[in-house]
Amino acid sequence: MWSWDYAMDVSVILLRALPAALLAAACGFVIASTVGLLIAALIRSRFASVRRVASSVAHFIRSTPLLVQLFFLYYSLPMLVPVSMTAFWTGAIGLGLHYSTYMSEVYRSGIDALPKGQWEAATALNLSKRRTWFSIVLPQAIPPVLPIMGNYLIVIFKETPTLSAITYVELLLRAKNEASVTYRVFEPFTIVGIIFIVCSLMMSLLVARLEKRWGRRPSA
Amino acid sequence: MIQVIGQWLPYLMQGAWVTVKITLLSGVVAMLFAMLSGLGKLSSLTPVRWLASGYIELFRAASLLVLLFWVYFALPIAGLELSKTWSAVLAIGLNIGAYGGEIVRSAIQAIPKGQYEASIALNLSPLTRMRSVILPQAIVRMLPPMGNLWIEMLKATSLVYFITMADLTYEAMILRNNYYTDTPIIFGLLLLIYYVLASCIAAPVKWLERKLTAWR
Repeated sequence: MWSWDYAMDVSVILLRALPAALLAAACGFVIASTVGLLIAALIRSRFASVRRVASSVAHFIRSTPLLVQLFFLYYSLPMLVPVSMTAFWTGAIGLGLHYSTYMSEVYRSGIDALPKGQWEAATALNLSKRRTWFSIVLPQAIPPVLPIMGNYLIVIFKETPTLSAITYVELLLRAKNEASVTYRVFEPFTIVGIIFIVCSLMMSLLVARLEKRWGRRPSA
Repeated sequence: MIQVIGQWLPYLMQGAWVTVKITLLSGVVAMLFAMLSGLGKLSSLTPVRWLASGYIELFRAASLLVLLFWVYFALPIAGLELSKTWSAVLAIGLNIGAYGGEIVRSAIQAIPKGQYEASIALNLSPLTRMRSVILPQAIVRMLPPMGNLWIEMLKATSLVYFITMADLTYEAMILRNNYYTDTPIIFGLLLLIYYVLASCIAAPVKWLERKLTAWR
């Protein structure tokens, strides 16, 4: 059932696909962090209509499966507007958009944990809106939530196999292709599973160190 | 247009039924494992604690889609052949159950110490203490995160498309083959149906939460 020779060969092939999965996760994470911050800011907007639209859109994205969103972006967006994206960018943007709605909640918990006096002091000092956000609020709100953001990087990484549905060759699709050539499925899929478990455990060790370093962690 | 959508609806409803079925079945498995592992992690017996932590850490670190592939394609080689439904239910249930275990554990740990002390003062047995004092209060705390977890589970069922189960996503992909030019409408409709299903989970959870916290 288990052949060590084959397992070794296939491990090398699969590990070569790991950078592709990590790259997609990293790009998705950067997009999620940026768009998430934007959503968090929009949800705190002065205008009730902006607040409502931002939170409804975020709620809709969070309530629907990533897989379907990826299909929508990859197969129907090019029919609606004249853009066509590679599988990689569709995947990164899909992951990014989906998790930006989770990330906005993380930012929100960090911003809400900030004492009201900070906002009032910024107003008293006549700081502009931009300076209030970039010099007062964010530098204090983000460090405590960095570990939670790190956890979402792990979550995004574990979601990368979904990108195989839009033909992006990451670990799972590589394993599938390998299995279809050799007709042996046990080793490739087992090894992919082990790679994911080892990588996420290693990443969560890093996050735990991050957490120790930044101390307090506001309840999510 | 309305007419065409009318033609699609029976197929989509058929798929939606499969999605709901998988969600409910994996929900039962997930809630069972969440309770067992959450309580197990707080057990006074070291082996039980290790087992529960091991389960939670392992299945939270695993990628659900890979787990599903492994259960459906690799496990039969090892001699255990499961139907598509049971592969999906087992993979999703075990994965989500690990997340639920953490919710159960943190909800029980959030109960104030005084409640334990009062139960001991009243000479309640450990079982009665857990069943009649701690759990009823912990369940109220679990409700909001569990509601979110059920929505995560609903979303996760779309992955059964990969093992060619005829769920909502799969039916929509078949429709797309037949009505290729309507792809955007089909996927738009698909997103909308998932949103409605998610709302069907969120609404009763909110209602229950209000009802259970009415005494406060």
